[in-house]
Amino acid sequence: MAKAMLVDVSKCIGCRSCQVACKQWHDLPAVSTKQEGTYENPPELSASTWTKIEFKEFGEDGTFRWLFRKHQCMHCTEASCVEVCPTGAVAHHDEFVEINQEWCIGCGYCVTACPFGAVHREPPKGTARKCVFCIDRVTNGLEPACAKACPTGAIQFGERADLVEAAHRRVQTLIAEGYSNAVLYGENELGGLGYLYVLTDRPSVFNLPENPEVATSMVSAQWFSGIGTAVLLAAVSFWLFFKRKKRIEAIQQSKTEGGAEE
Amino acid sequence: MELTRRDFLKLCGGTAGGAAILGMLGPESFLEAAPIDIPLRKRIGEKTTICCYCGVGCGAIVASDENGKAINIEGDPDHPINQGALCSKGTALIQVTNNERRLDRVSYRAPYSSDWEEVSWDWAIDKIARNIKKTRDENWTYKDEKGRVVNHTEAIGWDGSAAVNNEEAYLFTKFARALGITYLEHCARLCHSSTVAALGASFGRGAMTNHWIDIKNSNCIMIIGSNAAENHPLSFKWVTKAMEEGAKLISVDPRFTRTSSKADIYAKMRSGTDIAFIGGMIKYVIEDIEGHPENYNMTYIKEYTNATLLINPDFKGPADLDGLFCGYDASKRAYDRSKWVYQLDDKGIPKKDISLKDPNCVFQLLKKQFSRYDVDTVCSITGTPKDVYREVCETYAATGKPDKAATIIYAMGTTQHTYATQIIRSYSILQLLLGNIGIAGGGINAARGQSNVQGSTDHAILYHILPGYLKTPPPDDVDLEAYVKHYTPTSNDPLSANWWQNYKKYIVSLLKAWYGDAAVASNGFAYDYLPKVEGDHSHIAMAEAIENGVVKGLISPGHNTAVSGPNVNLEREGLGKLDWLVVSDLWESETAAFWKRPRTAPSQIKTEVFLLPAQASMEKEGSITNSGRWSQWRYKCCDGPDIARSDLWMVTELIKKMKELYDTEGGEYPDPILNLAWDYGDPPDVHKVAQEINGYDLETGQLLPSFANLKSDGTTSSGNWLYCGSYTEEGNMAARRDVTQTPAQANIGLYPNWAWCWPLNRRILYNRASVDLDGNPFAPDKSVIIWDPLLGKWVGDVPDGGWPPMFQQGTKLPFIMTSEGRAHLFATGEVLNDGPMPEHYEPWESPVKNLLSGIQSDPVVTIWKSLVKGDVSDYPIVATTYRVSEHWQAGQMTRNLPWLVELMPEMFVELSEELAEEKGIRNGGRVIVESARGKIEAVAVVTKRFSPFSIDGKKVHQIGMPWHWGYMGLSTGDSANMLTPNIGDANTTIPEYKAFLCNIRAK
Repeated sequence: MAKAMLVDVSKCIGCRSCQVACKQWHDLPAVSTKQEGTYENPPELSASTWTKIEFKEFGEDGTFRWLFRKHQCMHCTEASCVEVCPTGAVAHHDEFVEINQEWCIGCGYCVTACPFGAVHREPPKGTARKCVFCIDRVTNGLEPACAKACPTGAIQFGERADLVEAAHRRVQTLIAEGYSNAVLYGENELGGLGYLYVLTDRPSVFNLPENPEVATSMVSAQWFSGIGTAVLLAAVSFWLFFKRKKRIEAIQQSKTEGGAEE
Repeated sequence: MELTRRDFLKLCGGTAGGAAILGMLGPESFLEAAPIDIPLRKRIGEKTTICCYCGVGCGAIVASDENGKAINIEGDPDHPINQGALCSKGTALIQVTNNERRLDRVSYRAPYSSDWEEVSWDWAIDKIARNIKKTRDENWTYKDEKGRVVNHTEAIGWDGSAAVNNEEAYLFTKFARALGITYLEHCARLCHSSTVAALGASFGRGAMTNHWIDIKNSNCIMIIGSNAAENHPLSFKWVTKAMEEGAKLISVDPRFTRTSSKADIYAKMRSGTDIAFIGGMIKYVIEDIEGHPENYNMTYIKEYTNATLLINPDFKGPADLDGLFCGYDASKRAYDRSKWVYQLDDKGIPKKDISLKDPNCVFQLLKKQFSRYDVDTVCSITGTPKDVYREVCETYAATGKPDKAATIIYAMGTTQHTYATQIIRSYSILQLLLGNIGIAGGGINAARGQSNVQGSTDHAILYHILPGYLKTPPPDDVDLEAYVKHYTPTSNDPLSANWWQNYKKYIVSLLKAWYGDAAVASNGFAYDYLPKVEGDHSHIAMAEAIENGVVKGLISPGHNTAVSGPNVNLEREGLGKLDWLVVSDLWESETAAFWKRPRTAPSQIKTEVFLLPAQASMEKEGSITNSGRWSQWRYKCCDGPDIARSDLWMVTELIKKMKELYDTEGGEYPDPILNLAWDYGDPPDVHKVAQEINGYDLETGQLLPSFANLKSDGTTSSGNWLYCGSYTEEGNMAARRDVTQTPAQANIGLYPNWAWCWPLNRRILYNRASVDLDGNPFAPDKSVIIWDPLLGKWVGDVPDGGWPPMFQQGTKLPFIMTSEGRAHLFATGEVLNDGPMPEHYEPWESPVKNLLSGIQSDPVVTIWKSLVKGDVSDYPIVATTYRVSEHWQAGQMTRNLPWLVELMPEMFVELSEELAEEKGIRNGGRVIVESARGKIEAVAVVTKRFSPFSIDGKKVHQIGMPWHWGYMGLSTGDSANMLTPNIGDANTTIPEYKAFLCNIRAK
C-alpha cells in the first residue's frame, strides 16, 4: 500500500513546528535570515531547509485571509528530477523520491527540472538535497518528523488511498462552509503526488502550478548533447557499481551488530 | 520510566549501535524492489519531560548518548494533551540543552568592573550569603513606626521565577519568607495576577476552570486577548477537534492573527476596549434572557449565581454616578466599599428575589449597569464593525441553552490593563449568565504563558500570599488568632460550604512544614517568624523601591526583568542602584548583563553581580503545573554543562550557608532562619520536598491523602494545602502516566489517572454546577459528573464537594469557595478595589475620550512618581505588544536557539498599509517608534492584518510589536518595553503593556 502525506491548509496555524522538526530530525543547520516584512523565513527552500511554510495575505478587508501552505518535495510519481538525473542518484524508492548522496554528482539538472522548486544544491559539496519523506522513520513504523510534530493534524501521514478519501470529504465540507474553490491537489497531478493538499482556494493562490508537467525533454536534451557527458556518466556508473558492493557489505555488517546488541 | 505502546522502541534499541544516517543508505535501496530495513538516524527517547515553554504542559521524550548528552527530543506520543506533537519552540528543545551559548561557569562582576570573572560555586555561595546577611542585618525592622511587630526587611528583593519546578518555587518562597523578605515577586505578577484576582472574586478560585483537552467539548470558542494559535499552539489541537465537530471559533483581536486565520468570525477591537465589547454582549444576553428565558438555563442563573440576591438599597453604580460606583474618595483615589454588600435577613443570610424583579437584586443591577452598552456605543468605542459585532453576540449567546457550552480563552491581551481584573470579571459574568461555568466545553480558560507559572503562583512567589493562596499577614494581625479571624469568612447559610472556614488548618499546617518543632501552639505556631507586609510590594512598587534605594539587593532566579519590566529603561537604570544582584539562568541574560548594555559605562555602575549557571528543565527532576492545574512530573533526561546546578541545589546551599553564618556570627532575628526546617538530604532530594508540600500526619509520619485530613492543632503539616494529595503513601501522583478512563470520562477527555490536578485531582472546577437540582447533567451527552442514586455518590470527575444533589437534605451550593456558595455576578464587599461590576474606562494613555462616562481612566489606579504620560498630540497612535509563536517571553530561551532565530530573526513592528502610506514607511524598511518613555528601532512589517479603527467617527491607527528582544543573545534588538508605561491594574498592579500611545516614522 502506498503511503502519502495530506496537508490540510484549513487546519494549518502557521506555527512552523514542521520546519523545526525537519531540522531537528535531520540535523540541518539554521540558515541566516533577515526580517524582510513577512513572517515567512527562510525565504527559500535550500539544501539546509527541506520544508517551510509559505505565508500569504490574500483578499481585502471583510474577505481577508492569511494563508499558510507547507512546501517541500512533492514526491511525484512522474518525477522530473528522476527523469533528468544522469546518474540514477535521484530515484523512486517505493513511492518516495530519494537522492542518493553518493551517486549525486551535483549537476543540478534536478534542481532546474523540479516544477515545484523543491530541490537545492548544498554548497560547497554541491550534491542535491531535499525532503526525504523521513524514509528511515517511515520504514520503521514512525510518522515523518513534520507530521508527528504538527499540533493540529494539518499534516497527516497514512495510506494514500485513505488520505485521498478523507481529503475528498474535507473538500466537500469546506465547500459547504463557503470555500467554493476548495480543491484536492495532488491526487492526479504528475501521476499522483506523495503530498496531497486540501486547499481552500485555487492552487495558484497557494503558489502551486495548476497543471504541472514533467520536465524531461528540455533538460534531457542538455545532457545528452555532449559526448563528454556520456563518458562522465560511464565513469561514474562504473565507480558506483563497485562502491555499491562495499555498501551492501557494510550495511549487512551493521545489521548483524545491531542484532547482537538486541 | 516504563513506556507502553511504542513497540518500535525495541527496534530502535536494535539499531542503536549503528551510526545510521541516510547518506549511508546503499544504492541497493533504490535498485532493489523490496523495501529494506533502513535504520533510524537516531534513537527515539525513552525518558519523559514536560516542555519548558508555555503553560499547555506538553510531554516530550528525550534520547541521550552515553555521555548524557541529548541526541533527540520530540513529542511524547503517549501524552494526552499533545499526543506527540509540539510547536516550533518545543520541537527546538534540544537546542536548549545542547547549545554553546549556555553558561559554562559561575561568574562574578565586581563593582565598576567591565568584565565577568570566573569564580567557584563555593566562593559564590559564601559571598552571596554574606551579602544577604549584611543587607538583612543592616536593614532589619522588628517594629514599624506604629509599634507593630513586622519582623521583615524591605532591603532585599526577590524576583523569579515561573521557569522553575514546583519544589523549587516552594523553597524559594520558604527561603525568602524565612529571611523576612517583603518584596517577593515573580513574573506571575506581570502575566496573570489579574486572572487570580478576578476568577477568585467570581468563582472562588483564581485559576483556569477547565483544562486544555476540554476545549474539544465546546460548541463555541471565543479567543479574546489571546493569540492561542501562536502562543499556545497545542491548544489548537483541541480547538481544531471542536471545530471538526461543528464548534464556532470567534477571534477578537486588534490585529488579524494566526488565530484569526482559523476563525469563523474575526472581530477587530481596539486594544483596551474589552469591557465595552463584553459589556454589550452582557446587555444582549440579559435582554434575551428576559425575552426568551426558554433559551437559557434559568435554574443555573437562579440557583447557582447570586443573580437573585439583594444588594444594599443605597448602592449606586456608574449608571447613576457617571462612571463611578458609590463610595469614591477622590483624594484617596479609593472606594469605601461598605455599601457594596448584600441585604441580610434576620438570620444573617442574604435576602433574595427568585423572580429577579426586585430593583436591588443583582440581576436588575447588572441590567442597569450594562443598559448603556448598546451596539452603537460599543462599536464606537471598540471600532468593531456593527454587523460583525451582532454576529458575535448572537453566536455566543446561543450557548445559553442548558446543553450547549462556550468557552473563553484569554491571555495577556486581557490581563495587562489598568482595569484587567474587571475585564476578566466581565468574562465571568457573561459565562455565568450563559451557564457556562463548571461544564464540559465551558469555563474561562486563562492561557498561562509559562510552563510553571501556575505552580509558582500556587506556591506563592508573590508578596501578598503564602502557599495555597493564604494571605500574607499584615502588621495589624498581631497574632495567629487575629490573623485567622481576619481571613476566615463566615456564613450563616446552611447551604453554603464556605470552604475557607478551614483557613486555620491550612496556615497551621504550613507553619508546621516550615518551622517543625519550633512551631507550637504556645507560640502561635511561630506566627511571629512570618514577615508582616503592608502596602503594595508588587513588581512596579519594587522597581520604585530599587530606584529609591530602599531595595539594595535583588535575587532574580530565571527572570529577565531587563526585558520584561514595564518602562524597562527605568528598570535597567534601577539595577545599577543596587548593591548586589544575583541572577541564575541558562544564558547571559539582559538582566545579568545590564551593566554592559549599549550606551552604558560599566565603570559607572557599582552593582556586584553574580551569574549562576542553572540546569535546564530536562536536566533536572521535579514537577510543574500547567495552565489546567495538572501537576506533571518531569525526569532528569540528559546533562547540560557540567557546572550547571538546579535551583533546588542553589537555594539549599544558600540556606545552609545562611544558617551557618547566623549560628556562628549571630545577627538580627536569626530565629526564622535557624529554625527553618530544611532536611532534604545533601544534595537535596526533590521527592522529599514534594512530600513536604503534600504534608504529613505528624503523629504517624504518614503522608496525607487529602487536605480534608489537615488539622489546626499542629498534628499535621502541609507546605501547600492545595497540593495535599499530590504525593501520598500511594506514591507520586504527579508522575502517573495511566491513560485509562471510564467511558464517561473518555467521552469528555478527563484523563483522571494522568498526572495529578489540584484540587484533589478535580479536572473541571465547579462541576457541581453542571447538573440540575436532581443531580442530572444539563448536557447529558457531555456529562462531567452525575449522581448515582444506587451508589449514593457522584461518578465522573471528582465532584466539587461531595454533597448530594440540591434537592436532597444536607446538601451544599456548588461554588464552595465563596462564602454564600454561589458564583458572583456582583462581587460584594472588600474584594475588588474598583467596583463590584465592571465598567469601561479608557486605557491610561488613550487617543479618545471615554464615550460612556466622564471618568476617563480607572479611578483607583496608583500613579507612580516615575510615571511619564504621553499626550495624544505627540503620540496619536495606539500601540500594543504581543508575542510570536517562535519566541518566548523575554527571549533568552529562544533568541539563543539558532532554529528559532532563523524563523523570527529580528525585532519588528506591524502596521497597516494606510498608516505606512501616511508615514512613508515601506515594508521591510526600518522605523523608529517613540512613546513618552523611550524610543526603539525595528523593521516595519506593513500588513493588511492591521487596519485603522473608526472610533466615534474618527480614524484611529493602531500598531503592534513583539516584546521578545533585548541586547543579549544570538538575536538582539530593541525591547518593546522601552515604550510601555509603568502603571498597573487597580487590583493587582499588573502593568498596562497592552495599550499605550506612540508615534512612528521611517528611519
